[in-house]
Amino acid sequence: MKVNINKCAGLVLALNLALVATSPNARADGEQYFPLQSYRIGPYAAGGSGFFGGFIDYLQYVNLKEGGVNNVKLTWSECETEYVVEKGVECYERLKHGLNGAPAAATNPLSVGIAYATLDRSTADKLPLITINHGRTDSTDGSVFPYIFPLQLNPYSEVSAIINYIGTESGGLEKLKGKKIVTLYHGSPYGKETNGILELLAKKYGFKLTLLEVPHPGNEQQSQWLNIRRIKPDWVILRGWGVMNPVALKTAQKTGFPADHIIGNIWSNSEDDAAPAGNAAKGFISITTHPSGTNFPVLQDIDKYVIKASKGNLEDAKRFGTVYYNLGVVNGILNVEAVRVAQEKYGKRPLTGEEVRWGFEHIHLDDKRLAELGALGLVQPLKLTCSDHEGGGAVRFQQWDGSKWNVISDWVQADRDLLRPIIEESSHKYAKEKGITPRDCSKES
Amino acid sequence: MSFFFEVLVGGLLAGVMYSLVAIGFVLIYKASGVFNFAQGSMVLFSALTFVSLLERSYPFWLAFVLTLLIMLVLAWVIERWVLRKLVNRSPITLFMATLGLSYIIEGLAQSLWGAQVHGLDLGINDEPFEVLGLLLSQFDLFASAVAGSLVIILSLFFNKTRTGIALRAVADDPLAALAVGINLQRLWLIVWGVAGFVGLVAGLLWGARLGVQFSLSLVVLKALPVLIIGGFTSITGCIVGGLIIGASEKLAEIFIGPYLGGGIENWFPYVLAMLFLLVRPAGLFGERQIERV
Amino acid sequence: MLYREAGQFITHYRADQRLFRLRQDRIGFYLLLASAFVLVPYCGNDYWFSAILIPFLVLSLAGMGLNFLTGYAGQLSLGSAAFMAVGAFSAYNFNLRVEGLPFLLSILLGGVVAGLTGVIFGLPSLKIKGFYVLVSTLAAQFFVQWVFTNFAWFSNDSSSGVITAPPLDVFGLDLSSPAGRYLLTLTIVTALGLLAANIVRSELGRNWMAVRDMDTAAAVIGIAIPKTKLLAFAISSFYLGIAGSLWAFTYLGTVEPHGFDINRSFQILFIIIIGGMGSILGNFLGAAFIVLFPVLMSHIANGLLVGVMDSGHLENFQKIVFGMLIIGFLIKEPNGLASIWQTFTQQLRVWPLRYWSH
Repeated sequence: MKVNINKCAGLVLALNLALVATSPNARADGEQYFPLQSYRIGPYAAGGSGFFGGFIDYLQYVNLKEGGVNNVKLTWSECETEYVVEKGVECYERLKHGLNGAPAAATNPLSVGIAYATLDRSTADKLPLITINHGRTDSTDGSVFPYIFPLQLNPYSEVSAIINYIGTESGGLEKLKGKKIVTLYHGSPYGKETNGILELLAKKYGFKLTLLEVPHPGNEQQSQWLNIRRIKPDWVILRGWGVMNPVALKTAQKTGFPADHIIGNIWSNSEDDAAPAGNAAKGFISITTHPSGTNFPVLQDIDKYVIKASKGNLEDAKRFGTVYYNLGVVNGILNVEAVRVAQEKYGKRPLTGEEVRWGFEHIHLDDKRLAELGALGLVQPLKLTCSDHEGGGAVRFQQWDGSKWNVISDWVQADRDLLRPIIEESSHKYAKEKGITPRDCSKES
Repeated sequence: MSFFFEVLVGGLLAGVMYSLVAIGFVLIYKASGVFNFAQGSMVLFSALTFVSLLERSYPFWLAFVLTLLIMLVLAWVIERWVLRKLVNRSPITLFMATLGLSYIIEGLAQSLWGAQVHGLDLGINDEPFEVLGLLLSQFDLFASAVAGSLVIILSLFFNKTRTGIALRAVADDPLAALAVGINLQRLWLIVWGVAGFVGLVAGLLWGARLGVQFSLSLVVLKALPVLIIGGFTSITGCIVGGLIIGASEKLAEIFIGPYLGGGIENWFPYVLAMLFLLVRPAGLFGERQIERV
Repeated sequence: MLYREAGQFITHYRADQRLFRLRQDRIGFYLLLASAFVLVPYCGNDYWFSAILIPFLVLSLAGMGLNFLTGYAGQLSLGSAAFMAVGAFSAYNFNLRVEGLPFLLSILLGGVVAGLTGVIFGLPSLKIKGFYVLVSTLAAQFFVQWVFTNFAWFSNDSSSGVITAPPLDVFGLDLSSPAGRYLLTLTIVTALGLLAANIVRSELGRNWMAVRDMDTAAAVIGIAIPKTKLLAFAISSFYLGIAGSLWAFTYLGTVEPHGFDINRSFQILFIIIIGGMGSILGNFLGAAFIVLFPVLMSHIANGLLVGVMDSGHLENFQKIVFGMLIIGFLIKEPNGLASIWQTFTQQLRVWPLRYWSH
């Protein structure tokens, strides 16, 4: 493409005039770039500003404390997506080539829609696409999706872990027999994604499952909760999104269902999901891949190096240590770790997306490494491989006490052996539809 | 059977909440023939302003009054810079202008007060109690009472006060109203101000239930079928339409939904409204237009 | 001076009926086509194809679809995205389930299904008028989205409900590169655009305008209102359906039902408001504006306002400016950018003189 540009420089110059002329032209060789498709306004702004706040603060912290990764400075720029798919695509296309010579390491859109729309592009451009805690379940199979990383937790593991938790609470998985569980899900592909797995688990453990849909956006749930009142389930799994969560909690209170028997999933687990429901949320349980709070050494350090130096990214300092912020920090730790791992192989210099991908596939966080990072208890032990792009699959449970989340369980593991064949079936179907030959992971170094 | 009644009552009470939003539409449509799509953003804007003032530790009443004043200023700006410039344009043009307006108001609301989700506690308990085996919530009853008193106040306003009667004159025939010396611009200001007030009340009640956040502006989509069934020009129609929509969508979701795969609440009111229209093209209480060439 | 019609005499009816009566317009049009088909693929880069040009073309096509219905036939619609979704999902299923169906044919069939859906949701417009028609289109909007979310069959039982583009093979050519996708989109949009320009000048187009201006009067002079309105719905939805397929397959490469939500319908409505209702050129101008405006704004902000405004504030600011522009256009230039262009060419014709005289 570069050659072409030179051939008709005149025309391209005219086209790009406004765009090129306005971007600062300082060279930034020797830096590693993170393109951020962030969203700080629109219906999901609360999640985006927290997540990207934490992510940026962590990158900033690595720069300020250690001068980057092995003296390769980290740099980033933001592009607002508003959670809208085509804006995310535009941002992706705009940022993927890096910034002023600094190559892009990976994209982290934190949006299922944008992730799907940039999935093929990421593979074609050899740029890792990180969908931490969400994204396409079958992209866990790294042999078919070499550049896609649903780190820590994919949707299937999520429900499996919840059922395991309910089993433990009831005194063993065999006690699940005859229990009644209702899943209240958001009326979208995201909401429906796990229905099949839940049905499978219901058959396996013999609990009675009722699936109830809440139409988007979910600001009216009277009929669903009246239904729940009639069914009188033992547990309600809330697979919510945005405004649907507080409304569910409020309506539950209104129909007399106890909040401490509602389990929120990974997108129902933030302060912004529980707090607006006020008193109705007290006792609400949700899963999380990372506790909220500021007691972890890494967060203390961020506070010291970044926030106290007024270089923090958060507009509202109160959100330091919240669920979304900490998810951003976790995401930052994993991205930086991938760069670090890859540098050991490829040399201490800015890396291409392809090289960073190798780094992601060789992340190995055990307790010792996590302690070094100051993130013990914040990040779950994680080992990624060529075939396994998820790694962890464990969650902890937390309970809302009216003003903050308290962790109430240790790591609860999903039944990943049960899920793996289903994931592979789906990924192979995709590979066939798309004409992809899966990599042979035994031959990857 | 008692479950049926429970759903019915729940639906009726939910319908009242829709009516609250719909009333704002009717007010403006009656007075200026504008189908104001920005009503949803006004609900969002007022609730967000109110909550933000509350969080800056203003007392409840002061926050309420200040918000009302801000809504009045907004009404003035809209009248001065939008409506006045679009006098005598087709209703569709005016409708599209309000679409633009909703963008402005949403952008303004979020840049002024940020995009976080705020909780709002009106101090009214939402815990249920049972009457004759039926589940009722204090909050719903309160909302119904508010809606009821709004309707009464607005009816009195339209029927008994000079301004109200002038408004009806304008709605009937703007040119004739001008000819007898009615000050159109002042009236529009008043109506948009009152619509702002209704928006604030709706915003508070909805905000207490949903949390004050961006999604508040989406309640407008729930209010539309209510308007269609009730007719664009009748406040009583709003309430009746709200009750019909609320009750039927809940009953449909629970008793028909399972056969169709659930989640039919989003489109059911619209289909219902469409069927209504085929029978009564101007809604239940709307005025029939006679067309001449 | 360059733009003169002196000496160009129209001596045949055929010449009088051509799309561009002025020779300069014709030359300009051919030059534009030539550069779009030859120069741009040669010079453009991935970013321009994937992020600017393809969405611009697809949205122009969608704008055309809505413009038939709203700009020409006067039926307000907030359901454009629904018909796009029908087009995209039908095309996907045709391609998936009918072995060996050419890609272009499945897109076409998708458009036909969208057109038929349009007729069904257009039926109430025979009885109801004005804003009330909105309800029918909104019913379409919500109903269609619900159908595609709820029935996994439409997305080939993919657990995520997302459909992905089939291989873009046209007559044995692989068009999956950005430039290829651009050319494919451009060809379809050019063909349909020329067709559109002719439809609106035909008897049907004139009937639409009569219905728009006053349907009672149109009925009095003998225009068959039901047929005219339903054809408007059908053709409009056909165009939207094709636009939906292109959006899904040549632009994003994947789509979920949520991608065709009501905000998309608004976006298309804004295209025709800003571009110009009742104008084919307007759709292109409006779409260009909708696509380029946010990109330009954020580039300017990145370059000039670093640190002054974060991206969130910028987007809010953008939203406000956008709303103001819509209102501004409605007040100052109700016929949109197309009318500005027309005024400009009118002045060009007499330039350097100021007034027109015969």
